[in-house]
Amino acid sequence: MSAAAPPALVFDRVTFAYQGAVMRFDLAVPAGEWLAIIGPSGAGKSTLLDLAAGFVAPDAGRIRIGDADVTTLPPSERPVSFVFQENNLFAHLTAAENVALGLAPRLRLSRAVRAKAGEALAAVGLAGFERRRPGEMSGGERQRVALARAFLRDRPLILLDEPFAALGPALRLEMLHLLQNLRARNGARPTTILMVTHQPEDARGFADRTAFVGEGQIRALGPTAAILSGADDPAVAAYLGRA
Amino acid sequence: MSLALFLGGALAALLATPGVRLDPVGVLADPYLRSVVLFTLEQASLSTLLSVAGALPLALALHRTRFAGRGLLLRLFLLPQALPVLVGALAIIAVWGRNGIMSNGLAGLGLPRLDVYGLPGILIAHVFFNLPLATRLMVAALDAVPAESWRLAGQLAFPPATTFRVIEWPAIRRALPGAASLVFMLCATSFTLVLTLGGGPAATTLEVAIYQALRYDFDPGRAVVLALVQVVLTGLVLALLLRLNTAPANGFSLGRRPVRHDGPSLPVRTAAIVILSLGGGFVLSPFAAVVARGLAADLPRLLGEAAVQDAALTSLLVATAAATLALALSTALLLAVYAPRATAGSATAHSRARLLDHAGGLVLVVPPVVIGAGWFLALRQVADVFAAAPVVVVAINAVMAMPFVLRILGPALATSAARHDRLAESLGLYGLARLRHVEWPAVRGPLGLAFAFALALSLGDLGAAALFGSENFTTLPLLLLNRMGSYRTADAAGLALILGVSCLALMLCAERAFAPRENVA
Repeated sequence: MSAAAPPALVFDRVTFAYQGAVMRFDLAVPAGEWLAIIGPSGAGKSTLLDLAAGFVAPDAGRIRIGDADVTTLPPSERPVSFVFQENNLFAHLTAAENVALGLAPRLRLSRAVRAKAGEALAAVGLAGFERRRPGEMSGGERQRVALARAFLRDRPLILLDEPFAALGPALRLEMLHLLQNLRARNGARPTTILMVTHQPEDARGFADRTAFVGEGQIRALGPTAAILSGADDPAVAAYLGRA
Repeated sequence: MSLALFLGGALAALLATPGVRLDPVGVLADPYLRSVVLFTLEQASLSTLLSVAGALPLALALHRTRFAGRGLLLRLFLLPQALPVLVGALAIIAVWGRNGIMSNGLAGLGLPRLDVYGLPGILIAHVFFNLPLATRLMVAALDAVPAESWRLAGQLAFPPATTFRVIEWPAIRRALPGAASLVFMLCATSFTLVLTLGGGPAATTLEVAIYQALRYDFDPGRAVVLALVQVVLTGLVLALLLRLNTAPANGFSLGRRPVRHDGPSLPVRTAAIVILSLGGGFVLSPFAAVVARGLAADLPRLLGEAAVQDAALTSLLVATAAATLALALSTALLLAVYAPRATAGSATAHSRARLLDHAGGLVLVVPPVVIGAGWFLALRQVADVFAAAPVVVVAINAVMAMPFVLRILGPALATSAARHDRLAESLGLYGLARLRHVEWPAVRGPLGLAFAFALALSLGDLGAAALFGSENFTTLPLLLLNRMGSYRTADAAGLALILGVSCLALMLCAERAFAPRENVA
């Protein structure tokens, strides 16, 4: 971790009780890191992202993004973008309008905003898709539009909750490469990414580090290759089926 | 099937009535008939417009703000559906009538008193009954919006206008045709409210005109013409609305209200408080009036009256018989439709479901007063109409309840069939064993709800009871109408309270009795 830049995201003794189970997170994500989050269902992976985005409020502890303490801020005031597994787009708006919402939430689309939305669509390989509606696009294309909006908003932190889970293996790989390219466009300071995934293999070759979340805690955190080997932690090995 | 036979019989009797010449040109040229038809359509359109337009801000306010008692308010919005229509009419008079709360308030300010009879009264009453219904349908549509949409609205910092344009309006628009068509049909076939609140020939609908033709003028010919016009009219409207009605508001939902992340701003919250106070006050004030006026009446004397006790017993017997019959007929119909078959094709399942929808719609096209009129005329030729009254009223009430019962039970059975058909077949589960393990658990909850609904509907019915009522056969609503007619206002208020409370109590009990038991496993 470089001493100069503050971490992109910090969870400082954050606790959150949900249906009787208490989750407890301590985490620091350096600026520019791509962090994958793996672990069994119901362990708290998505809750971790929801806490960062402000969709749920912690019972105790602080959450910081960059220099700012965002613990009590509503979702609209946090410098993050979120991509869900599905329903990222509004069905009756065109692809361009869906992307433009990221810049102009009042939907007053100036020429400049339209141009930027078009560029963002082109960057995800959807040039010429401006007037399409979500119903006329494939699942992969819809997720590309969602990524276009997330990157167009230019927030320092992007949270992805199983964004490619509904896609086939080849398409998933293609989307991961796209994500890598979009991130690299920011040059020396790539966008920080937290990505929850059900497929540990998604992390390999893309994520700098991988966190294993089990029973409401980060049980293991380290370089992706090391975590995915399952050598350090029997719980991780059991989850990966390498026990 | 039996349903078609019952309805068809009534229609055939109407057509076969001797001494009736059907003269379409003459019918259309008749100014009285034309005014009745026009008024029927006018009041139904206005009622629908007002109910839906009023429901939109209410639904938005209910969904946008979070406050203690929101759930309670939504539950209270169910009450008008359970309230006997006649009691509702009385309650409207108590609030909006010449001597009602509003008039007293206006008089206190030196303003003229309100005249509730005629179109204004009918509109107020229809909005009172249908505004909560439309509101609930719209809130349900908003609840069906995927959670991600609300999260995006929060994350992308949508102002209220964008939230409305991008999320709320598209969701509500999908529910709109269904809600509007339901309200329109209910208002177009409304009988009791128009009978009590309508003012003379200028404010008469087809249903009331049929009743008057049979019971006051005894003009079977006119009754038949009116009944046929009603059937054609509602049939046309229903066909039109079915074409408009694209998709039912039945989005995928986890049954959990999604959390919204657009914290309402002060102006939004203030507007919501004003809207909810107005709407809540409008819907709840009639209930308060019924309770207050009813308690002021001499309840012990009323309850001791032989006439009241007789009417209560009659009502209870008729309602129980009608509800049981409605459930039996509907269940038989549904089991025949969703019967376990060796080859269950999804295409046939779809067409079967459509058939059911039409069966339900048929009852709306041929409203109770029309069925009643048909059987009234048919029985007149072979037997004493009033001797057969209990049987006919039970049958009419049962048929009236069937569309609702089908709509409650149908989806439950369809879901269960879709989920368990293959499993049950692979396990060789047939007959009673299958009924017990597959169908029964799926429908026991809805069954209770349907029974309660049928009970309340029959208890509050005035259409059939008014046609066939006599000294020997008087139900509670009919007794209430008589007391109103003879200006025994205090008695009427007391009876309204008794009828209203027993309807609500019965619904609660029925719902409880059928509630799904906790699994002991």
